[in-house]
Amino acid sequence: MTGAAAIAARADHLRCEACGLLVRPAAPAEPGRCPRCGEELAFRRRDAVQRTWAFIIAAAICYLPANILPVMTTRSLRYKEPDTILSGVALLYRTGSWHLALLVLIASVMIPLAKLGALAYLLTTVQRRSPRNGRERAMLYRLMVIIGRWSMLDVFVVSYTVALIQFHPLMSIAPGPGVLFFAAVVVLTIFAAESFDPRIIWDFSKEETT
Amino acid sequence: MNALVVACPDCDLLQRVPALPRGGSARCPRCGRKVAANKTGSLDRSMALAFAALTVFVIANAEPLMTLSIKGLTSTTTILGGVTEMWRQREWITSLLVALFAVVAPALEIGFMLVILFAVRRPPAPRWIGTLLRWAKISGLWSMVEVMTLGILVALVKIASFARVKPGLGIFAASALIVLLAAMAASFDPAEAWSRVRWANGDPPTPSRGVAARKDAGP
Repeated sequence: MTGAAAIAARADHLRCEACGLLVRPAAPAEPGRCPRCGEELAFRRRDAVQRTWAFIIAAAICYLPANILPVMTTRSLRYKEPDTILSGVALLYRTGSWHLALLVLIASVMIPLAKLGALAYLLTTVQRRSPRNGRERAMLYRLMVIIGRWSMLDVFVVSYTVALIQFHPLMSIAPGPGVLFFAAVVVLTIFAAESFDPRIIWDFSKEETT
Repeated sequence: MNALVVACPDCDLLQRVPALPRGGSARCPRCGRKVAANKTGSLDRSMALAFAALTVFVIANAEPLMTLSIKGLTSTTTILGGVTEMWRQREWITSLLVALFAVVAPALEIGFMLVILFAVRRPPAPRWIGTLLRWAKISGLWSMVEVMTLGILVALVKIASFARVKPGLGIFAASALIVLLAAMAASFDPAEAWSRVRWANGDPPTPSRGVAARKDAGP
């Protein structure tokens, strides 16, 4: 199916985001509610660009303390040693499991950065009304949605290490303030990806703007 | 043939989807997103997988994840143990998030799925099943059993460098749960379920799924 009328929104059709029903509202200016599931209908997610930026900025602010502050502190009879995400990675590397060190490095440090960078790039191209690379940008968005949750990895590592190592006073591990910021980054980037609307990537694509 | 008209959820391209062979799927020609799939028998398969997931979920939460011993002292934990110890250590928000992602969201994901599948067996399913279908999607988004299990394994390897660690039944059950939840989500066809739910405006469900509907000047 080709031709100029191929975009749903331009043909006054919209897909209900909750149930997938294709609806043609009686009044496109006020689409109302989905006749099948009752969800409020919209041609595009409301304020997608502003909301996504807000979540990205909030996540970027939390990203710094998440990496600088210790995520856990090891206490034993003789010493008290705080560990950040990166020093935890270094510890894993020294104890011989370089592949796990790489895994934690990718999940905790690189995925959040990649997700923030990718969403910022998508927003910038949308705001510049770029018609190019739609397919690649669509794939980038889908990839970010899939991998984003993996940055929660280190929060689980800390929680279960803390749960197991409570041998007072011989040795105990306590969570550090970095964990909270880390979890905040994950939650905020998931909200960011969910508030973005992938359809706006295509709103200025070439074949349609002529 | 009654071709299905859909709008791509990712790029809004209107397209006609031809009748698909069993197990076949169609992708959007513009952005590559999967727009339709013929999952014949999906409801029965999803139900079997949901029951299996429920069983394994109970085992994963009831059995210890691992036991470690260091200089004669032993320690053990469960999935909820990570939550309660973080709570005790005054990391309240993180503790609640771990509980949400590791226990509550997966439990809801499985529970909603079972209720939905039972209700849509004999259409028309009541309207509130539509609400559950929406919640099922949201709980799937926050259910992170796979991330949790990998996190526990990393913790296990880290600890194994200075203590003796014995994996428990819980960690094996959690690993099996990853596979079951993924299979359950992949086999489930939300379009099929939606086509059996009574409409919000009171109409009975449409037998052919997803065909373009018109909303006429409403009340």
